[in-house]
Amino acid sequence: MRRLLNVRPDRGQRLVLGFLPFLALALLYLTASAARHAENPREKILPTIGAMAHEVKVMAAQVDPQTGAIPLWQDTGASLRRLAIGLAIATVTTLVLGLMIGVLPLCRASLGPLIAAIAVIPPIAILPILFITLGLGETSKIALIALGVTPFMVRDLAGHVAAIPEEQIVKAQTLGASTWQIVLRVALPQAMPRLLDCLRLSLGPAWVFLISAEAIASDVGLGYRIFLVRRYLAMDIILPYVAWTALLAVGIDLALLTLSRRAYPWAHRARSA
Amino acid sequence: MTAILSFANVWVEYGEKIVLERISLEVAEGAFVSIVGPSGAGKSTFLRLVLGQEAPRRGTIQIDGRPLSPEPGRDRGVVFQRYSVFPHLSAIENVLFGLDCAGSPIRGRLSGPARRAARERAEAMLVQVGLGEALEVHPAQLSGGMQQRLAIAQALIMRPRILLLDEPFGALDPGVRLDMHGLITDLWREHRLTILMVTHDIKEAFRLGTRVVALDKRRHDPTAPERYGSTAVFDLPLDRKNRTAIPPQLAAIAGPGGASV
Repeated sequence: MRRLLNVRPDRGQRLVLGFLPFLALALLYLTASAARHAENPREKILPTIGAMAHEVKVMAAQVDPQTGAIPLWQDTGASLRRLAIGLAIATVTTLVLGLMIGVLPLCRASLGPLIAAIAVIPPIAILPILFITLGLGETSKIALIALGVTPFMVRDLAGHVAAIPEEQIVKAQTLGASTWQIVLRVALPQAMPRLLDCLRLSLGPAWVFLISAEAIASDVGLGYRIFLVRRYLAMDIILPYVAWTALLAVGIDLALLTLSRRAYPWAHRARSA
Repeated sequence: MTAILSFANVWVEYGEKIVLERISLEVAEGAFVSIVGPSGAGKSTFLRLVLGQEAPRRGTIQIDGRPLSPEPGRDRGVVFQRYSVFPHLSAIENVLFGLDCAGSPIRGRLSGPARRAARERAEAMLVQVGLGEALEVHPAQLSGGMQQRLAIAQALIMRPRILLLDEPFGALDPGVRLDMHGLITDLWREHRLTILMVTHDIKEAFRLGTRVVALDKRRHDPTAPERYGSTAVFDLPLDRKNRTAIPPQLAAIAGPGGASV
């Protein structure tokens, strides 16, 4: 009898094993929902699949007469725009600061402690400050996402750049490279795959900040809608919206992974080697 | 015989701890100097001094009669035991790196006819070290020996005054190591290189070098081991006759590794 830890599923078995928990959850939901509906036909907490499908049709295919737009697409567009701008600011800032702190001891000494101090502030705690100083519009939501993920990303990237073997940096100098050339041709290319990794890891927190900001002060967006319909216990809208949000998150993550594999094949080869 | 590199009464101390003391030696142009010594005898510190990664506490180091610049520079090429090629660049790009930097201060990358000319030189260099078939391959796909060949090509194309080798073959299999000995000897002759090689393999030191310098503590205080630093306790020019006969004192210095000689 082999030890349990040596039993490895093959590809097909992995697919089946991975699918099983989803199936189990779906079955559990369906039975629970059916049971509650048998008891109370006006049950709202666990809506039937039919009820959710109906609401999805209303939200995703019908124009809301008040706004003149289709709610799901309008919400998705607004949320993704905030997320994209916030993360773009975070990514560019991270690249510049991460390279400076990682390569230059002077920058590490002067900026490192500040970044470390900012990183321990819970971003949601500064949301009121952002609302007061930047208003309730788009700026404060984008700022929350950017401020929320940047310190972590900068620390991670700077650490990665600083961990480039000293041998490489010395070798580059013996080949005549200047500080700028070492940043541009040694540190930057090796930082890029890590930056994409870092961005993927920051997607989770970024979504949290986005939904929070939208829940508190907004008139459009996925988080706004979920918290709006909560007042009517509209689980038949909330659940599809949550599922849609999860799908978007997975899609963005996969897109970044694919980009990283295409653009930096050497990094993925070295990792698997 | 002119000295490329000269040490005059060089000391290295870290606080109370003396690492190297009274190092005085001259390296002639065209020499192949092997530096040996037991672990902790300051071989790495010696190399860091020559690279400019570290400054002596006392004494002076001169290269071509001028004080050594206190940071790594183009006059001193180096091949480390590991990590001395760039993992994100293909073999040819690794060799082009130095030429790119020299010819393009802002972009760090040559273009047009200058790039084509540099590429031809880099290709010829790679062919010479036996990597003519692996121009577009990234280091992760090269074996350890091939990575070291690449590191040597990358350093040599910049025509350094001195080539520093830091345990360059220490991580290689014995067979591969023999091939590399042949390669480095050929390159040394052909390019009239001056080489400083740090190694813990005393056989290798004698096989390749024209001179063997052993670093060790001349005095030892058991109650305060940091009181005395290492110095050149042994400095032996080699010729065809004494190349195979390793003096017993030296074998003793080299420790357990030396016993197998």
